[in-house]
Amino acid sequence: MSAAPALALEGVHKSFGRNEVLRGIDLALASHEVVCLIGASGSGKSTLLRCVNLLEPIDAGRIAVGGTEITEPRVDLNAVRRRIGIVFQAFNLFPHMSVLRNVTLAPTRALGLSRAEAEGRALELLERFGLADKRDEYPDRLSGGQQQRVAIVRALAMRPELMLLDEVTSALDPELVAEVLNVVRELAESGMTMLIATHEMSFARDIADRVCFLDAGLILEQGDPEEIFTAPREPRTQQFLQRIIDAGRL
Amino acid sequence: MRGWGGSGGRGVLVALGSTVVFAVVVVLAVSNAPGWPEVRRQFFNGEVLRESLGVIPEAFLLNVRIFLIAEALILVLALVIALVRSLPGPVFFPLRALAVAYADFFRGVPTILVIYLLGFGAPALEISGVPRDALFWGVVALVLVYSAYVSEVYRAGIDSVHPSQEAAARSLGLTRGQALRFVVLPQAVRRVVPPLLNDFIGLQKDTALVALLGPIEAFRQSQIEVASSFNYTPYIVTALLFVLLTVPLARLTDWLVARDRRRLLAAGGLR
Repeated sequence: MSAAPALALEGVHKSFGRNEVLRGIDLALASHEVVCLIGASGSGKSTLLRCVNLLEPIDAGRIAVGGTEITEPRVDLNAVRRRIGIVFQAFNLFPHMSVLRNVTLAPTRALGLSRAEAEGRALELLERFGLADKRDEYPDRLSGGQQQRVAIVRALAMRPELMLLDEVTSALDPELVAEVLNVVRELAESGMTMLIATHEMSFARDIADRVCFLDAGLILEQGDPEEIFTAPREPRTQQFLQRIIDAGRL
Repeated sequence: MRGWGGSGGRGVLVALGSTVVFAVVVVLAVSNAPGWPEVRRQFFNGEVLRESLGVIPEAFLLNVRIFLIAEALILVLALVIALVRSLPGPVFFPLRALAVAYADFFRGVPTILVIYLLGFGAPALEISGVPRDALFWGVVALVLVYSAYVSEVYRAGIDSVHPSQEAAARSLGLTRGQALRFVVLPQAVRRVVPPLLNDFIGLQKDTALVALLGPIEAFRQSQIEVASSFNYTPYIVTALLFVLLTVPLARLTDWLVARDRRRLLAAGGLR
């Protein structure tokens, strides 16, 4: 195993028009590390994840995955994205395909796996996350929690070296949140390197090796979850956490 | 029972009753018109009807053939135009502009003019290798005109698929082409089937315009019949044949629209 970090961001800037969303992000994840991004809506968490997956081009800085720079102009976007899984807030399953097709589409088309191989891989994952009986269902027949778990399986079927989770429980009814968080927890325990944007503070505290507080496009404070949640140094972090506590969410 | 506009058996009875009353009123009004006996002789002549039925349906097969060939070509050409119009980035501006100009031009010019211009103009160029067959150019004209309409239908469908679907596909490492082919287009086409069929109903009727170039299809054949019998019954026969062809397509369109609405309601509205 090389010493290169699983993911490294250096001075990443991103603007939408005049709105500077990321103002110089430096961040490195070691292999098997789970890092949670917390911060108010609009602080840049989602944009940061979308930039790592090259869904948004960055304006300045560098991003490297496993030691290879992915932000240089000649890089093959599709090859990079195959190495990075992303799960969205709104699931974004393909509504015209069965669960099994959703999961096998990219492995067959982007990795060139045979159908049998891809299905084997898919069924193994569906089994592992309690979705084997849903293989032939269409997404609109599944609950939000089930859809999100399928979305996670769909990303895992590509055997990514890194997973990005973008507020994966924000669109769920409260009683469905736990089943999805349990999946994420299992992934963390199995050693998956993950960068997670979340509003679930107690979950972040529980699962993260490190927590980063994002504020106005900068990582204002980062460190051990216990430290961030019990003794934050920055006034902005204290304010943010106080609001969360006042809302009864921590 | 929505079609009857009421609930259960009573709705059916009311619908049936009002239809009968309406029909009787129309029949009485028409048959009591001072000119009716003459119109009946001219338009509903039994003997001419029998003669027409011997020749017009056969000519009508040409309309069906024109329609089927044109339809297949339109589905492909229109898709190409719609895809060109959705190409991203400044590099493709000239291609996009060309596609826009194409759609603007062929939706703007009356179909009958396109048929005349191509049907009489293209063969007159006498370029070797270019067909001089009127039927060929008639079909080409219909394909050009209707592809402009259908490309807009496709484009509306592509635009209606939320960008997050393409983002999800791309994030899995699929290329733009693969995302379009496996994720965006299948959803887009499903949504535009009803308006697509609607355009094809228009196309079925417009196959009669090809007659202007000479080919003897149903409309031209009925003109010939009218000229030899001095009776307009053949036109009625031709009109009925066209209606017979379009009604199944129209009902299929209605059924698809209703099915989509049911699905949308079942899914709890738009997502």
